[in-house]
Amino acid sequence: MGLKKYAATRVATMFGVLMITLLITIALVGSNMDSILKQGIAFQVRSEITENPATAESFTSVEEFEAFVQEQIDARTALLGLDEPWYSPQRIGITMYKIMLLDFGQATFITSDSGSSDVREIILEKLPRTILLFTTATVVISIVGIFLGALAGSRTGSAIDKLTSSFAVVSSSFPVWWVGMIMIFLFAFTYQVFPARATPEILPDEPGYAAALLYHMTLPLITIVLIGFGAWAYLVRNFMAGIMQEDFISAKTAIGIRRKKIIYMHALKNAAPPIVTILALSLSGSLGGAIITEAVFDWPGMGRLYFEAITVMDLPVIIGATYMLTVFFLASIFTADILYGYFDPRVRTSS
Amino acid sequence: MGAAGVVILAALIITSVATIAVIPVETLQEWNNPKSWISYPKAAVPAWTNAVLPQKIPEHMMLDDPAVSERAVAVDGAAGTVATTTHEFAVDYEYDDFPSDFIYSFSAEYAGSPLLEASVDRPDGSTVLLLSKALPYLAADREGTEGRADSGGGGAVHSERVFSTDSTMRKNIAMQAHSIYRYDTSGASTEDVLFSDATDGSVLQGLYTFRVTVSSLEGFDMLESRLVVGGKAFGIMGTDELRRDLAIGLLWGTPLALFIGITVAVASVVAGLLYGVYAGYRGKKTDEAMMRFNDVIYALPALPFLIILSVTVSNSILLMVGFLAMFGWVGVAKVARSMSLQIKTRGYVDAAETMGQSRSKIITRHIVPQLLPYAFASIAISVPAAITTEAGLSFLGLGDPSFPTWGQILHDANTFGAAARGLWWWMVPPGVMIAITGLAFVFIGNALDSIVNPRLRRH
Repeated sequence: MGLKKYAATRVATMFGVLMITLLITIALVGSNMDSILKQGIAFQVRSEITENPATAESFTSVEEFEAFVQEQIDARTALLGLDEPWYSPQRIGITMYKIMLLDFGQATFITSDSGSSDVREIILEKLPRTILLFTTATVVISIVGIFLGALAGSRTGSAIDKLTSSFAVVSSSFPVWWVGMIMIFLFAFTYQVFPARATPEILPDEPGYAAALLYHMTLPLITIVLIGFGAWAYLVRNFMAGIMQEDFISAKTAIGIRRKKIIYMHALKNAAPPIVTILALSLSGSLGGAIITEAVFDWPGMGRLYFEAITVMDLPVIIGATYMLTVFFLASIFTADILYGYFDPRVRTSS
Repeated sequence: MGAAGVVILAALIITSVATIAVIPVETLQEWNNPKSWISYPKAAVPAWTNAVLPQKIPEHMMLDDPAVSERAVAVDGAAGTVATTTHEFAVDYEYDDFPSDFIYSFSAEYAGSPLLEASVDRPDGSTVLLLSKALPYLAADREGTEGRADSGGGGAVHSERVFSTDSTMRKNIAMQAHSIYRYDTSGASTEDVLFSDATDGSVLQGLYTFRVTVSSLEGFDMLESRLVVGGKAFGIMGTDELRRDLAIGLLWGTPLALFIGITVAVASVVAGLLYGVYAGYRGKKTDEAMMRFNDVIYALPALPFLIILSVTVSNSILLMVGFLAMFGWVGVAKVARSMSLQIKTRGYVDAAETMGQSRSKIITRHIVPQLLPYAFASIAISVPAAITTEAGLSFLGLGDPSFPTWGQILHDANTFGAAARGLWWWMVPPGVMIAITGLAFVFIGNALDSIVNPRLRRH
């Protein structure tokens, strides 16, 4: 199988997964969504009548009035297509088509910082912040991890190797959000170095917002890096340790190439394929973990948006955010798959 | 490393068994019932901090084992003898701050209207009379104020709680103040005056004896008698904002975490193993279809889905275990499939097939046993992830609120702003417990893994 065909099958699978994810999400929240929308319509109709007493006075009996209200509600329900159940193929089709075009509708409670309740605008406002925090963190983690790992892996059994390995095992046992809590306790309240809430106090359109955002980003960034780089270093170390035992490294040592050059030029280059693949995967993994981490630090990104949407059951936002998270997750899995297939042709032919 | 893991795991299992065996299960059921924690202090630090700190924080004392003495005195002119019951509580007060309050609660069975007197002997030799009052009249064979049924002792049951904020007690102390205290006690609270040095109003350390004497003509039986001297330090682990003893919460968290982690790990590894082996053994179209389905589940973002599931379906702990297992089996299935692809080409599998053994028998007898070492290693390695994920969901407030899991305790800590208020004893231990439990399984898993994959050992 060529790389193109391999990529094509992966794309098809990913698209299938995306559709299934959407279906499951809609199935899980669909019935709730309908009842909320119907309540909204009933409320709207009644409030319109109370605001306009002339309509209410034109009825002779209570029954007639109630019949009129019900008629209005039914008419609007039909107009929105809510007279069919949420699981009718037509409605699911329309919903999924709209979502694919990133038309998530209007949020019920949540608004963006600029006051818009269009779900797409809300998500577009939050998404860059999540990417900013977690991509920066992943980049820092991978740089620190690769160098520390290369150093440890080239001297297996040394003090630095043992230290790196034990730090990796211990640090990855702690949940990031718990370390976040402790960091907030230590560096926001006990020693007041960083702000406790990661949301800047000023609005995005005011000057100095970028600086404020970066300052508020420091504590979450340090936390994520602190918990993340150990595991990375350990991973790189294991790859390096394997490569350092290969014959070509011994040959290069024998012909007198400097050790530093061997480690960073030759060995690391050979360990690159799996490292790059895992980097692509960990970018997506970090977005998934963003929900809890952002909730702890109150970082105004996708994760916190998702958590807020779940707390108030703002269904259009839940659907929109799940969709976007899935898209990103799939995109990075896809990238990892393709990179892996590119570096290691055996993968392409195995199935 | 493996040995350390086994030792930690053994300690955790012993803790779990001891918790289930020794600690009454009511503490688990009543964890969220504020009524059952009413005599505990609010947000108290662990008592052992007093060993470290120069200033001794008053420890919370719950004394329900008073020295009881009874006496019968014949009184002239009265119809019979007066029986007096005296309960003495010794309070050894060696702290550098006043107690936050004190509460005397009792329940007694009596008839008539006995007289209750409460007084305190202070370390400086003076005695302060706190209270002298008649208990409400109870006729024989009537139900008590608490509605408790008569146990046949000739009277009814009366329960009462006397707080240090009691206005009568305050007045009594104000009346005696000039004869005992040489500083101005007006405005100070009852417990501050009672535990103060007579000269300057600072804390007076020493032995205080709280004495409650009940005199009755018609028989009196004290059923329960408890003095609580409110403090800011309590127990080994302290208490939280809702007065719950964190030591009990953390102890119950241990079997819960082990249950969640091990159940999820075993369920997902067994499911993944059978799925992968079946797909690998059947091969061809079945394998292709099963692996595509595997890809779909693998690509689902787990955390958002777990959150939606816990909100829309249910957050009961058993269902959460099921949901976690639903996302856990995928990786195992992939590895199990490729391993079974290798095993099925071996001669003895061919032989078994030629002998006409059934498919299920070949899978269970010949292929699965080969994968068992790998399965055990994966079980150990997937336990920490299950525990951390459950803790994370509970931390977000989406877990089962009726159980004190470590994540749930951390959720409560976060809700009550433990970080801002410096309540470290509420935040640190649950996280450390999660990490220790995770470490134990990681150690064991790594050790098993290096046995299964000897190649890893050469470094």
